[in-house]
Amino acid sequence: MTKRIRTYRELTGEDHSGLGAQVGAQHDRVRRRLASVTHTVAVMSGKGGVGKSFVTAALATALARVGRRVGVLDADFHGPTAARMLGARAGRLDVTDEGVVPATAAGGVRVMSTDLLLPEGAPLAWHEPDHDHFVWRGALEAGTLREFLGDVRWDALDLLLVDLPPGTDRLAALAGLVTPLAGVLTVTIPSDASLRAVQRALAAASGAGIRVLGIVENMAGYACGSCGTVAPLFAGRAADALAEASGAPVLARIPFDAPAQASADAGRIADTGAAWDACRLLASALLARLDAA
Amino acid sequence: MKFLCVDCDRQMTFEERQLPGDGTLAAAFRCPACGRTVAMLTNPMETQLVASLGVRIGGRTVPEQPMELVRTTLAGGREDAFADAEPGGSRPPQWDEAAQRRLGAVPSFVRGMVKRIYTDYALERGINVITTEVMDAARSDLGLEGM
Repeated sequence: MTKRIRTYRELTGEDHSGLGAQVGAQHDRVRRRLASVTHTVAVMSGKGGVGKSFVTAALATALARVGRRVGVLDADFHGPTAARMLGARAGRLDVTDEGVVPATAAGGVRVMSTDLLLPEGAPLAWHEPDHDHFVWRGALEAGTLREFLGDVRWDALDLLLVDLPPGTDRLAALAGLVTPLAGVLTVTIPSDASLRAVQRALAAASGAGIRVLGIVENMAGYACGSCGTVAPLFAGRAADALAEASGAPVLARIPFDAPAQASADAGRIADTGAAWDACRLLASALLARLDAA
Repeated sequence: MKFLCVDCDRQMTFEERQLPGDGTLAAAFRCPACGRTVAMLTNPMETQLVASLGVRIGGRTVPEQPMELVRTTLAGGREDAFADAEPGGSRPPQWDEAAQRRLGAVPSFVRGMVKRIYTDYALERGINVITTEVMDAARSDLGLEGM
């Protein structure tokens, strides 16, 4: 007859590894770190190429300009651009007993990104066995997000903007780590293709119980650098359709502004022009939404 | 995880962890009743799975360092990405030549953090000079994977 083996729970001795406790301690670190952050806001889109990082960087700059203490966590680990747009690329990150000191951009915006850790042009890669990468990649990236949240000295912030990669995977990881998450800003362009992709992302956010703070329509027309008039750029009215479906307001329509884009690519958020004006309005509208919560 | 000596029906106690450096891991447990020792051996994939969570089999003997997972697993990071401060403002121990050579062989991206762990170890024990023997002892005591 087979001898009955006592179960894990029946053994009262110490679990020396305590893996569950170690994971719990990691979450506690994030909680403690973010205790001094008033609002953590995710910036997401279901679609790539809609200018989400530009919106994040310009919004952070506009918020800082009105005296808010702002941080930007670039969670697009494979395609990081926000730090560069904010001009926060150069320099070493000091490591102290209290954590890693983030880079600082104009207006005192605190920035953390894989772009700060990688050589120019180098892809994100991990030390790992040379097969079956898919098994642990997700865990490594979730761990990176956790460390960017919990091990970076964000200090006291009014807003921490988390620039998410296209898709919805990382939103779920973020929502699992940040409680409460103030909500998500969803960035779209006017096209129907964007509408369909962003709709899925909004549904995922709502399904996870995450508040949709608003819709931002980027590239909402082309702003002429000479005369300032805005001409259509994409067909479609994705932002209105998304607002109608989700019940969240359209917080801003940001026209494509070539000089502003060129300036961001060069590491400076331009504080003039049609895009900047729209981002200032976005900052005000977002603050109003957060205050209304 | 827990290990049970089925014959004695007693929970086995953790003895030691070894990291041979080939991506595998060994953790030994002993039965307090009969003295039998067993070792749990994980293959590189299993070891990596656990490492990906940023946790340690056998528990932690030193607190998790800031951005430890990123710094130990990110490949090809910028050599000058991080600048490590000396811990606690105490006078740091010296490193003899052999220990410096061994430290120099650690990938540069994580060298600062590894140095800090050895420094913490020496400071906690009142060791003034870090030698390769001290490093070996720290590896054994702390279960430092690939450091």
